[in-house]
This record gives sequence, structure tokens and C-alpha cells, in this order.
Amino acid sequence: MIEVKNVEKSFGESKILKGVSTVFETGKTNLIIGQSGSGKTVLLKSLLGIHKPEVGTISFDGRIYSELDDDEKRELRTEIGMVFQGSALFDSMTVAENVAFPLRMFTNKSKPEIKERVDFVLERVALKDAHHKLPSEISGGMQKRVAIARAIVNNPKYLFCDEPNSGLDPNTSILIDNLIKEITEEYNITTVINTHDMNSVMEIGEKILFLKNGLKAWEGTKEEIFKTDNEAVVAFVYSSNLFKKVREAHLKGY
Amino acid sequence: MLKEIFNKQTKWSVMRNLIFKEIDDLIIDSLGIVAFISFFVGGVVSIQTALNLTNPLIPKYLIGFATRQSVILEFAPTFISVIMAGKMGSFITSSIGTMRVTEQIDALEVMGVNSLNYLVFPKIIALLFYPFVIGISMFLGVLGGWIAGVYGGFTSSAEFINGAQMQFIPFHIVYAFIKTIIFALLLATIPSFHGYYMKGGALEVGKASTVSFVWTSVSIILFNYILTQLLLGS
Ligand SMILES: Nc1ncnc2c1ncn2[C@@H]1O[C@H](COP(=O)(O)OP(=O)(O)OP(=O)(O)O)[C@@H](O)[C@H]1O
Ligand SMILES: [Mg+2]
Repeated sequence: MIEVKNVEKSFGESKILKGVSTVFETGKTNLIIGQSGSGKTVLLKSLLGIHKPEVGTISFDGRIYSELDDDEKRELRTEIGMVFQGSALFDSMTVAENVAFPLRMFTNKSKPEIKERVDFVLERVALKDAHHKLPSEISGGMQKRVAIARAIVNNPKYLFCDEPNSGLDPNTSILIDNLIKEITEEYNITTVINTHDMNSVMEIGEKILFLKNGLKAWEGTKEEIFKTDNEAVVAFVYSSNLFKKVREAHLKGY
Repeated sequence: MLKEIFNKQTKWSVMRNLIFKEIDDLIIDSLGIVAFISFFVGGVVSIQTALNLTNPLIPKYLIGFATRQSVILEFAPTFISVIMAGKMGSFITSSIGTMRVTEQIDALEVMGVNSLNYLVFPKIIALLFYPFVIGISMFLGVLGGWIAGVYGGFTSSAEFINGAQMQFIPFHIVYAFIKTIIFALLLATIPSFHGYYMKGGALEVGKASTVSFVWTSVSIILFNYILTQLLLGS
């Protein structure tokens, strides 16, 4: 469980996060949604410790990040898996080496043990035959799956994904969303996903945080998001015709 | 930045591979071009000296002497380093810069890797082998001078070798290698700095490489001046 309390973050004069509080629960896919520029990435990077909030605290199962010393911070970071927006695979390494990287860095596992674990997670993301390919030789969707494999290989307690399906076709998006959800439940991970894709919200939105102008404007589940009267949410969610129709159908009770 | 590079070391089993890779990319890969340039520039220095010694009273062995002095004191340590600021430097800046703009450095940090140590430390270690490159350059430069001098009919082999051994001051070699080590540190750190702290996208990677080349070569030239004044000037 990650508890965010009253987090504020500014860059120079402009305040991007203006006091955000929420709880991301363990074993659930927690979504951060909101318009472009609303501060989703800044919030996610604050959770990761890449940005340091000026005000507020972030605690990981009781460990308050800003109060940890450097060693404890690095220790905590080995419990974190992150899927970056652009996958951020190491392009000088093969797929298998990318996935093996956290194990080689942070565990004392032997080569056969590492290989076994890498085979296992690559199979888990349905990429059995790509071991020896370089990131530049595989498609964007495959890169995302490799990034997920790398993020989960060292059994993280916390998984963060920045727009895991931007730039992917709808089918691949849904595959990736469901993969993340399954993994979250299977290993009881606290997962936080940053997205503006309403399809993801419908698929896997167990807990949704709606950000607007650096403030929490709304929070709830995917069932609730279609019933809420909150104007900002309605304006965001139903900006497309498709979802307007979905909402009408919902309200009629389908 | 410097402190972080040596802090919180990456596991040795991983670091060892990184160092071998950097030695391959930075040192081994440069040998060909360094050998080529040194050999031919050494030849040209020898020919130029010969052509400028028109007074019959000036002994021919000065050709060997002048070639040796200019190659060992300046050409090999300084000018090869400026060329390497272009070759190694832009390689370092663009490879680290690409990792920055594609969030690979963030990925390392998020995993808990000290990215400065991971990326820069192996380059510094690899460049401890840089004096070997310069040593080879010195040897080939003088060799090139000898071959060009003798086969161009400007001097006899004995005269050249005699000149190349004349008034040999061992401290000159020390001076040249002190310079080389300092230049190696500049070559490893300045381009890394420009790559690591860059912002933007692919276009900026290109710009950062250019800026990095300018700064690296300017600092090599400045340090060359300062070190020469300090070590030989007094
Ligand atoms: N490092 C930074 N320095 C200065 N300003 C920043 C920085 N990072 C983000 N911002 C600003 O913070 C605001 C929120 O940006 P953020 O990246 O969090 O948006 P987002 O909600 O993730 O949008 P998108 O959906 O487009 O990714 C933007 O106005 C941006 O300009
Ligand atoms: Mg974003």
C-alpha cells in the first residue's frame, strides 16, 4: 500500500501538484487519469523518488520515503518495478540481458538460476522466442512486454507504469492491460498506472484517481466513473462519442 | 558529480564486463585511426623539416631530432587527444545522451543503480589504457618520419637514427605521459558530463556531441599550455 499525503511539487514558479492525497492499494491496479499536462507523470515520478516533493509525504507500507537514508532508499528501489512510457530498454543488450539485468545487479543468483527466472517471466509475457534479439529488432508492443518482464523479474512489491499502452493498437493495448492486471493479482503487487486511455479505465480501473490542474478532482472505481455527476470527470470521460453512447446505455441500465 | 562516480560501486561481476566493453569501444577501436594518422603525420614532419634545412651547414641528423621532439612532446599526446575528443568524445556523449533522452538513465536510477558510477566509472578505468594508445602513436610517428626521411632521399637511415637518439631527456617522456593521463581524464569526464546532463530529444543529442567536442578540445589545449608551463617552463 502506498499512501500519498498532501503532496506538493513545483518547478520554479509554477506549482504542478497542489496538495494531492490518496491511497494506492495492494493487489489492485490503481490508475491515475487526467488531461495532458494535469501532472500525472510528475505525480508518478514523485512516487518513484525521481522528483522530490516540497511538501507532503509518500509512504511505502509505512516507510516514509523522505525519511529513509540513502541505503534504505536504494533498498526500497530494488522492490520497485517501472515500465517507462518509451519502454527504456537498454539498447546495447539483448532482450534476455535486459530482463536479467536487475537480477545480475541486485541478487546473488547463479547463471542457471537467472536463466530459469528470465525464461519464466519472458514466457509469462508471451515472448518465448525473442531472447537473443536486440530491442531495436522487435516491435513496440513486444518492447513494452519486455519492459514489463524486466519490471517484474525481481518480484517487485510495487509496479509503476507510465502510459503502458500509448502508441499501441487497441488489441495489443488490451493484452498489455490485462497482463498487468493478472500479474498484479497473482503476486499481490501495488500497481500504479498512468493513462489517458479510457479503454484501460474500462478494462482494469479498480481504483481511479482523476487529476485536474494538479489536484485530485475525483476518485473511485470504474463502475462509479460511469455514474458520477462530477462535471470534470464527465467532461473528460465523455469527450468521445463512443463513450457518450456507452454512458447513455449505462444510464438506461444495460 | 565526481563524488557520485566513485560512490556506491556497481557489483564487480557486472562492472568487469562494462570495463571490458569500454576498453573495446574506446581504446581498441581507436588504434587503427591513431596508427594511420601518426604514421603519416610523422612522415610529413620529417619531410617538412628536411625541406626547411636548406643551409648546408645544418647537420642532417636534425631531421631525426626534430621529428622525435615534435612527435613525442606535442603531436602524439596533444593532437591525438584533440582528435580523440572528436572520436571517443562524441561517442561517449551520444551514447550517454541517448540513454538520457530515452529514459534509460531514469530506468537505472529507479532500479537503485548509481547511474553515474555505472556509466562513467568504466570509461575512466578504460581510459587508464589511453597512454598505450599514445605510446603507439609516438612509436609510429617516429617510424613514419624515419621511413619518409630515408625513402624520400632526405637523410640516411644512420643520420636519422642518430638524430632521434640525440640529447634524449627522459623527463620529456614523463612530461608527455603526465599530459596523456590528464587528457585521458578529460576525455572520459567532459563528454560524459555533456551526455549525462543533457535535456531534450534526438536532435539535442547531436548538438550535445558537438558542444562536448568543443569543450573537450578547448580544455585539452588549455591544460596542455598550463602543464607545459608548470612542468617544463621553470
Ligand atoms: N521537469 C520539469 N520541469 C518543469 N516543468 C515540468 C517538468 N515536468 C513536468 N513539468 C510541467 O508539469 C506539468 C504537468 O506535466 P506532466 O508531465 O505531469 O503531465 P501529464 O499529466 O503526465 O501529461 P501527459 O498526459 O501529456 O503525459 C506540465 O505543465 C509540464 O510542463
Ligand atoms: Mg505524462
